[in-house]
Amino acid sequence: MDNSLYQYLLILGDNSMILGHRLSELCGHGPTLETDIALTNISLDLFGQVRSYFQYAAKIADSEQTEDSIAFLRTERKYRNVLLVEQENVDFAHVIVRQFLFDGFHKLLLEQLMQSKDETISAIAHKSIKESKYHYRFSGDWLKRLGDGTEVSHKKAQDALNKLYPFTNEFFLESDIEKEMSAKGIGPNLNILKETYYSNIHQIIAEANLTLPIEKQRVAKGKLGYHTENLGYILAELQYMQRTYPNMQW
Amino acid sequence: MENKSKEWPIWEIFIRSKNGLEHKHVGSLHAADAEMAIENARDVYTRRQEGVSIWAVESIHITASNPENSGELFEPAKDKVYRHPTFYELPIELKHI
Repeated sequence: MDNSLYQYLLILGDNSMILGHRLSELCGHGPTLETDIALTNISLDLFGQVRSYFQYAAKIADSEQTEDSIAFLRTERKYRNVLLVEQENVDFAHVIVRQFLFDGFHKLLLEQLMQSKDETISAIAHKSIKESKYHYRFSGDWLKRLGDGTEVSHKKAQDALNKLYPFTNEFFLESDIEKEMSAKGIGPNLNILKETYYSNIHQIIAEANLTLPIEKQRVAKGKLGYHTENLGYILAELQYMQRTYPNMQW
Repeated sequence: MENKSKEWPIWEIFIRSKNGLEHKHVGSLHAADAEMAIENARDVYTRRQEGVSIWAVESIHITASNPENSGELFEPAKDKVYRHPTFYELPIELKHI
């Protein structure tokens, strides 16, 4: 098995999976019926992408893996998502800011992956890019509405931005796997995306009348399997069914 | 803002299911402004590929007939079947009418 490619698929898939799970927690709890459905739609888009990545990973794996076993039966240290996506929902402002910071990166990443030398990854990216563009539009619009809205909404959006912005640095800290994929032409050189990412999101943050936090960027290692305590709680809920009733299907 | 109400206004949503067909009323939703009404309609009413085009009209702009007046408005048409164009003999050559 090409272990590097396998690990790379987890890096790509786990972000969508954990963020999709966070959004699914809001199903039935959204602030309005319309935003509730919108967030659930985004969640389902992300899960669709995860399935494509994990089906491919299961196909190239040596052992008897399935998309479900990859999704549900790994221990915490084997998940490779960035720390941003596992942060708590807290309130609608946190949900929107987290989504916005991720979507801005996700869109750029998928645009690059469309050019991937790996045909399957390229095909998944072609399918996902339209979804991701809509997510970015949705979260960017809402960021402006909150930031440029009432005093309360502005404060909540600013608080969320102060807390979550420092996590964005992790997108561009290349792991060895990502370096290798970049060298092989399967994944992008993340350093090239960095400038575009920050210039894009800074423009929208300014339009939203929000100020950039002064706190320094974090050195996060989610892609290497080192997570915040949040992931443990997420996995407890996410894995309960498969751990309690192994091989259960529905 | 003039509107002090905390509730978002209601919008009526019309969807065109495919090019060439008319927009049809599909339901209503809440939105703060026209732009959000389109976005919300996209998420609420087109998630199963129902449409290719959306119209949103704020509900207060629709004038509706009063149900109390339905007697004088609609009853008189009941016994005037001759208004249906079913009394004409069509030439056989006309097949699709």
